[in-house]
Amino acid sequence: MHAIVIDDSSAMRMILKRIVTSLGFEATLAEHGRDALDKMDAADHRFDVALIDWIMPEMDGLEFIQAVRSDPRYDDVTLMMVSTESDQSKVVRALAAGAHEYLIKPFTPDAVAEKLELLGLLDPERVTAGV
Amino acid sequence: MGVGPSEFTWVSDLVRRESAIVLPPGKEYLVEARLLPLARAAGLAGVDAYIRAAQRPTSLAERRAIVEALTTNETSWFRDATVFASFRRDMLPRLLADRMAHRPLRIWSAAASTGQEAYSLAMLLIEELGPARRFEIIGTDIARGVLERARQGRYTQMEVNRGLPARYLVQYFQRAGTGWQVSPELQRNIQFRELNLAAPFPPGLPAFDVVFLRNVLIYFDTPTKQTTLRRVRQVMAPGGWLVLGTAETARGIDDGFELVRMGDMSAYRPVSGSAFGSASRPPTGQASGRPSVPSARSPSVPSARPSSTPPSGPSLQLSGRI
Ligand SMILES: C[S@@+](CC[C@H](N)C(=O)[O-])C[C@H]1O[C@@H](n2cnc3c(N)ncnc32)[C@H](O)[C@@H]1O
Repeated sequence: MHAIVIDDSSAMRMILKRIVTSLGFEATLAEHGRDALDKMDAADHRFDVALIDWIMPEMDGLEFIQAVRSDPRYDDVTLMMVSTESDQSKVVRALAAGAHEYLIKPFTPDAVAEKLELLGLLDPERVTAGV
Repeated sequence: MGVGPSEFTWVSDLVRRESAIVLPPGKEYLVEARLLPLARAAGLAGVDAYIRAAQRPTSLAERRAIVEALTTNETSWFRDATVFASFRRDMLPRLLADRMAHRPLRIWSAAASTGQEAYSLAMLLIEELGPARRFEIIGTDIARGVLERARQGRYTQMEVNRGLPARYLVQYFQRAGTGWQVSPELQRNIQFRELNLAAPFPPGLPAFDVVFLRNVLIYFDTPTKQTTLRRVRQVMAPGGWLVLGTAETARGIDDGFELVRMGDMSAYRPVSGSAFGSASRPPTGQASGRPSVPSARSPSVPSARPSSTPPSGPSLQLSGRI
């Protein structure tokens, strides 16, 4: 399973990388939407999921989602916005643009795992069972 | 500071007697961590002082606070997503086909904590049943604090991040300050009540088509698991289903239930005739659809508990009326 983590904060890229790696994904890192499109284009494999920050230079998360949704090569890439934008209207906008899920920052590692499980991208065994 | 051995023993006896939750030696750190906020709030120097204050005959509120503080209320929306997916795809159609055109579907979230399980079920049911068919969900727990939060339906940002699909966040929640409030539409079909699973259930519980009894049996010893499962059987509607946590099982504990694989989840249904503890019950295939109204006289699990278990019937009346 391959994930692409798109965030202009290197600290956030590392955090998300560590989380998805622990969940069994290989992670590619990108600094903004344009960078991510380039890396997806150059990759010799498909991506199962993209974790996308909203506010970024060059190409923001919403533009990235629109670009991916209009490219049939990426039809089966699952898109999850991971953003500090927490207004309901923002969540609506992201979903309308084609995001499959939305995670609001800050989040815990469990929250990432549970969203990926919801999206059917996770072996349930890997979700930490905190009881 | 720290919790002394006799204080620890007193707390674990209290908690076990009132809630059946087992706190084996080694859990001193848990008692310390959970009771420290109570001690602070009471202006006491430490946990031991709080425990000694709680030992006074009149300190009923303190004893209740201790029991509540030692419940573990961890939960999330659609916890174990595959279970909820199977509930929707595999179990619900069977339930709807089987019956209940004539009455609302009744679901019990039997260790509801802060309500995420009950509200998750409500979201699915509203979507699946449409406006025409009614349903009722009852959420119960022993802890009043979490029940109050469940009733309010107000959640923090961190809580809505835990397993709630974004489309439901948009559809069923309103921003409220820094958190989120569930909509009246979701709350309409749900009631939250106090109920102690380790004591005889209050009279007047309706018959349930589905019981979610998830991630609570793990805290009980085997005899308590047995009595709880038996009591649950007795409030299940004919053809009803029991759903346990993914780490829990009724096998080898209560043979009045049989395990049925349903899509990606395991569910249990009362074995036909299980109420009479018959050794010669029919092959499992014939049990379905058969009314298996359990009887209060059921001797199918040992009724005499080993002396190590707490007496049933809580002395603090923790079990609320429903
Ligand atoms: C880990 S939570 C499970 C919540 C939810 N069912 C889930 O699976 O996410 C366990 C809950 O069981 C409750 N509980 C513990 N002992 C109980 C008892 N004797 N009767 C009723 N509820 C109890 C606790 O208060 C806590 O809220």
